Amino acid sequence: MMQRLTGAERQLALIISVLTLLSGLAMAAAGRADPLGIHGWIVVLFAGAVFLLTLGSIYDPEPREDRAVSYYDDPTKVGLILALGWAVVGMGMGVWVAAQLAWPDLRFDAAWSSFGRIRPVHTSGVIFGFGGNALIATSFHVMQRTSRARLAGHVSPWFVLLGFNLFCIIAASGYLMGVTQSKEYAEPEWYADIWLVIVWVVYFVLYIRTLARRNEPHIYVANWYYLAFILVVAVLHIVNNLAVPASLTGAKSYSAFSGVQDAMTQWWYGHNAVAFFLTAGFLGMLYYFLPKRAERPIYSYRLSILSFWGITFFYIWAGSHHLHYTALPQWVQTLGMTFSVMLLVPSWASAGNALMTLNGAWHKVRDDATLRFMMVAAVFYGLSTFEGSFMAVRAVNSLSHYTDWTVGHVHAGAMGWVALISFGSIYAVVPLLWQRETMYSWKLVEWHFWLALSGTVIYVFAMWNSGITQGLMWRTYTESGTLAYSFTDTLVAMHPYYVARAVGGALFLTGAVLALFNVVMTIRHAPEKRPERDYPTSSEATEPAVPAAE
Amino acid sequence: MTHELTSAIAKSFGLFYLLALSIGITVYAFWPSLGKRFDKAANSILDDEDGPCR
Ligand code: HEM
Ligand code: HEM
Repeated sequence: MMQRLTGAERQLALIISVLTLLSGLAMAAAGRADPLGIHGWIVVLFAGAVFLLTLGSIYDPEPREDRAVSYYDDPTKVGLILALGWAVVGMGMGVWVAAQLAWPDLRFDAAWSSFGRIRPVHTSGVIFGFGGNALIATSFHVMQRTSRARLAGHVSPWFVLLGFNLFCIIAASGYLMGVTQSKEYAEPEWYADIWLVIVWVVYFVLYIRTLARRNEPHIYVANWYYLAFILVVAVLHIVNNLAVPASLTGAKSYSAFSGVQDAMTQWWYGHNAVAFFLTAGFLGMLYYFLPKRAERPIYSYRLSILSFWGITFFYIWAGSHHLHYTALPQWVQTLGMTFSVMLLVPSWASAGNALMTLNGAWHKVRDDATLRFMMVAAVFYGLSTFEGSFMAVRAVNSLSHYTDWTVGHVHAGAMGWVALISFGSIYAVVPLLWQRETMYSWKLVEWHFWLALSGTVIYVFAMWNSGITQGLMWRTYTESGTLAYSFTDTLVAMHPYYVARAVGGALFLTGAVLALFNVVMTIRHAPEKRPERDYPTSSEATEPAVPAAE
Repeated sequence: MTHELTSAIAKSFGLFYLLALSIGITVYAFWPSLGKRFDKAANSILDDEDGPCR
């Protein structure tokens, strides 16, 4: 893989890995026995491995390929495999968390394996490890194809991909040691946050520079979604993580915000993480891979523009629906509630647009499990946004908040929408990237589809039942005005649902394992086929790349 | 920066600039003469990737 880099690029990679290694050593020296020190050693190991890998090919001959005639897909390929690897780890952790809630003995009495530590390993593992890698990898793919230009750089995509995975490893290993700044989905401490800012800025610059080289006048809508994902996540991440380290030799830091401001900042971040991490980027996937796979243009391009700006305007204001009935001023709660309800319009516009695109191609949906993944993802996107807008209404939230209903909503979105669209896109893109005829086994894709769908349905229904039962039991009073049920009563009532959720999750996890296996076997055994298409436009061949008129 | 000031801004300017942006985008998305360009964009991802595109 390194052979595709020029000598100068290999040297640059070497320099970056040495610099990273030195920062790791500095962390290790400063932190000593503190988790910061242990993280320092992890950085040293990671950067050292990259260093050795690069060094091994430093004297290889210069690459002779003509870079103008092909896309640069090596980082995409590695990113997709990493995404599937994280899927197995993150969802495996999810099943363990679910099993602990059903059978608490499965904690096995260690500190690192307690619920509070492995739960964030699950959430970060699936959102950032699986989702993030899938987003980065597919964005590299889509930005090149829609621009018909090669990536603007050969070292920076590797820096983005590997740097992001280093962040994920630091995050997950930190939770197991008890490192957290207690902000959901933003748990990693200050040094990891600073590192992610560097990685993310490089990502943004790479994207913009690739777009600047484009041979296609109009920037296809998928790129807008990916760009919104990158840009807004940068803003959210920086603001929410403003903190003062207690000392430069330890992991602990204190947030720059306090009290209700802190809560509002956190949920402004939290909801927009849903919006721009778990939604915008995946909509980019949807708008590219679904039309591509169905071989039909998107039903209404105008609608896609409208829903893009609708989502960007509205989502930013919706975060306060996480803080109904708190110290947050009433008008801010109402603001969040109003925008959440309005959000239904652009959300359904996207979901409807996707389904209307398939209208007339239902036979393809029936025969092709890959397309079916995308279709069902759009349906779950519509479902979970409808549910979200409903739950954001203050009166509904008084029942749903703190209950498993929220968890059900989360996973309707996360499993049904985020994971399914990612799996569909991965199956669509793997044969193309590795130049194979098809996936190794279509039967396995079909199996995966049904496992994933049934797992999601079992999970979501179990949590709806559990959540509503729980919520109603909490608010049932006896005639004398005391609570009718003790907390333990509610736990007993929830137990069967927790068992069901663990089973549903295990089905979903099995599907993810099949996906990893199928992709690996495709790379190793599927018959080769060079695509006739899929080459960038050479800028010299045509008129000026971007005609002045457009 | 007091709470009153922030909320006053949010309730007045905050509302109107959002309304203006929404109207602006709607007009842009449905501007008749842009239809061709949008159709071309929607189709571009399908007939792409075959060497020179135009
Ligand atoms: C194998 C499938 C999965 C299983 C078994 C599973 C299980 C769980 C469990 C048990 C919890 C903790 C709930 C609680 O604290 O009561 C949880 C939380 C969470 N999971 Fe999953 N999960 C799975 C897949 C996913 C996927 C694919 C994603 C995202 C892409 C995801 C995102 C989340 C999030 C964001 C939370 C936090 C929810 C909240 O705070 O309300 N999960 N999951
Ligand atoms: C129109 C779109 C949506 C709206 C208005 C919405 C609204 C809501 C509301 C009201 C809550 C409960 C807050 C609480 O009681 O604490 C919530 C929680 C959540 N939603 Fe959504 N939702 C939407 C779409 C989505 C989608 C598509 C996903 C996932 C891909 C998602 C992921 C989550 C997560 C992870 C949480 C749990 C946060 C936590 O407490 O940890 N939402 N959402």
